[in-house]
Amino acid sequence: MKKRFLIPFGLFAVLVVFLGIGLTLDPREVPSPLIDKAAPPFELPTLHNPAATFTPQDMRGKVWLLNVWASWCTSCRAEHLVITDLADTGEVEIIGLNYKDQPGDALDWLSKLGNPYIASVSDLQGRAGLDWGVYGVPETFVIDKQGLIRYKQIGPVTKEAVADKILPLVRQLKGEAS
Amino acid sequence: MMRWFAVLLVLFSTALQARIETHVFASPEDEERYQTLTEELRCLVCQNQNLADSNAELAQDLRRQTYEMVQAGKSNEEIVAYMVQRYGDFVLYRPPLRSTTMLLWIGPFIILGIGVLILLAFIRRRGREQAPAMSAEEIARAESLLNNPRNKNP
Repeated sequence: MKKRFLIPFGLFAVLVVFLGIGLTLDPREVPSPLIDKAAPPFELPTLHNPAATFTPQDMRGKVWLLNVWASWCTSCRAEHLVITDLADTGEVEIIGLNYKDQPGDALDWLSKLGNPYIASVSDLQGRAGLDWGVYGVPETFVIDKQGLIRYKQIGPVTKEAVADKILPLVRQLKGEAS
Repeated sequence: MMRWFAVLLVLFSTALQARIETHVFASPEDEERYQTLTEELRCLVCQNQNLADSNAELAQDLRRQTYEMVQAGKSNEEIVAYMVQRYGDFVLYRPPLRSTTMLLWIGPFIILGIGVLILLAFIRRRGREQAPAMSAEEIARAESLLNNPRNKNP
């Protein structure tokens, strides 16, 4: 007879376990369906010289990073230090996607904080961002030699993410055939 | 006083303050398509809202995209596929039936089944308990009590 009281307790324990697992998940991180798919094409004017354009095609045969940033984005400021350090290692070239920003503000931002990008492109309307499934800034993509997206960092790139995920992946991808 | 308060409430309600976007559609069907699509697609920034309800910038962009695609004569399937390609199944408020979403779709029926089984077992056990054995004497006494005209209701 006493064992019956264990049933609700057991159910409760199961519920606690599931809720506990739920707490460790971040609903804001939406996995990208673009992983291992071709990087969506775009052709956009570069920030420093609007007459010139950049397209992901220009980076064929290289492993590179696309970092989505904006001068209005607060966490980009903190991320900027990490991105600069990463660029300084010389291991990977980084392209900036200046997302829905005023070119004047963006140029100010770069001249004040330093420019880790080999080029930044202006996505004034956010259309390229939409194609890349950007839903928040910052976001960072790792693209391999064949032009496939291999990794997406949602939110700021941290030192840990660089050391544990991005640099090892870049090194591995560099070893792959183009 | 209360009436003024009510008027103030209406004036400051966020629903009324929300920016009204005016879109011109070629046909009422297109407009309806736009409405259904923006109601069924989920905003990624404010995740408990659909595109139609959300005023987040991303939602505005996605609404514009939906509008343009409706105008371009794309079918609902094409528009939904376009969104899923970029943002994954996450944008759908109605999840598709797949092996990964199977539990989501049939889970409630499994739980219902379990509930019915428990209920049946419970009822059956109760039925058995309610038939206590009676001796012949007890039955005779019960019958005499029941058949006694004095005990009958007029």
